[in-house]
Amino acid sequence: MSTPIETDVVIIGAGPAGLFAVFELGLLDLKAHLVDILDRPGGQCTELYPEKPIYDIPGLPTVTGQELVDRLLEQIKPFGATFHHGQMAAGLTKLPDGRWKLTTDTGTELLAPVIVIAAGAGSFVPKRPPVPGIEAFEGTSVHYAVRKMDSFAGKNILIAGGGDSALDWTLNLAPIAKSLTLVHHRDGFRAAAHSVNQMRELVAAGKVNFHVASVKGLHGEGGKLMAATLQGHDKKEWQIDADAFLPFFGLTIKLGPIAEFGIGLHENLIPVDTAKFESEQPGIFGIGDIITYPGKLKLILSGFHEAALMAQAAFHICRPGEKLRFQYTTSSSNLQKKLHVNE
Amino acid sequence: MKIYATDREGKLHEIEGREGWTIMEMLRDAGLPVAAECGGACACATCQVYVEDGWYEKLNPPADMETDMLDMALAVQPNSRLSCQLVCSEELDGIKVTLAPE
Repeated sequence: MSTPIETDVVIIGAGPAGLFAVFELGLLDLKAHLVDILDRPGGQCTELYPEKPIYDIPGLPTVTGQELVDRLLEQIKPFGATFHHGQMAAGLTKLPDGRWKLTTDTGTELLAPVIVIAAGAGSFVPKRPPVPGIEAFEGTSVHYAVRKMDSFAGKNILIAGGGDSALDWTLNLAPIAKSLTLVHHRDGFRAAAHSVNQMRELVAAGKVNFHVASVKGLHGEGGKLMAATLQGHDKKEWQIDADAFLPFFGLTIKLGPIAEFGIGLHENLIPVDTAKFESEQPGIFGIGDIITYPGKLKLILSGFHEAALMAQAAFHICRPGEKLRFQYTTSSSNLQKKLHVNE
Repeated sequence: MKIYATDREGKLHEIEGREGWTIMEMLRDAGLPVAAECGGACACATCQVYVEDGWYEKLNPPADMETDMLDMALAVQPNSRLSCQLVCSEELDGIKVTLAPE
């Protein structure tokens, strides 16, 4: 295991609230590391609605989810936060010296006096189709992503879904598969038109089987898939040979291990006080959609406010005994230097 | 108007619909487990319902945005709709829906 990383603040979640927290902490010279299960910053903004306009960000009459994230990244650039993407915050323990140790599911260890949970509604995880017994095949024959293409060579592959991932992997895996079957609930696709056309050519050439159907059952032993039952809209069922099943239905949000962090969750939300945005555990703060307090609104702008107040309180934990001087970015040359204003 | 909603345990709920509000909001306010992760922005497909007993045909057809989102939903059937895109009105008085599996 690698050496633990020591920092001032670890932020769980790189959505808008977590990103703006970097800014507010940075103004106070507090260094931050962010952990996020997604492979890029932005959280729900980039994952759920990158192209959709948001109209209630103060000062930005209209901005898309992706644009807002891009602007936040530009705004926090001077503070050089470190991003740990593709990792889920898995465990949190208190150290004898009073700091917290956050462990991720890939084994990264982060030590900090302050943890900020900005996890929104939780972790984005692949949607699991409601097929009985599918769990038994996960990791062995059922995969929600393709890591190594070679491992699918010579197999009877079953792919479900109608988006770009489903179509892209249909096209990529068809040449190396023994057989490839694509199922979707309709004979239409949201995926890019040229991918759909290529897929239809492969179907016409007999190299891909396409069915308007859903996967109803998986059959095999010891995690090894051998066949799948498909069902058409007419409720007719039939079986096909299948060694691998790749469902591509995008991501959904699950609260995940935060539930085990011992922070007194109330209906999957973290109760905090509205002066510091601290949870019942000293040093563990919460901001954004994951928290609850009287009058809480799940708005991005609320997350920004919460981040600012959290940072003030976090300063006193990270720099005990030091006086916090409240300054404005418009007038403080000290803050402007941190923001690299005149460079 | 009334909404008749069957939950995932098969229990039928009679819910008062508020004109102009979405069926997703009504289901959620009635305490039914509708995730509606995106809050009704047609961006997540976690408010899927099956529209039953001929009511599907009486609805305005789904916009492209909704059809796209249904492509990412699980257990989609020919009568699947996203309840955040169905607006309560007198014409829909008595509409029957079943919550899709999670």
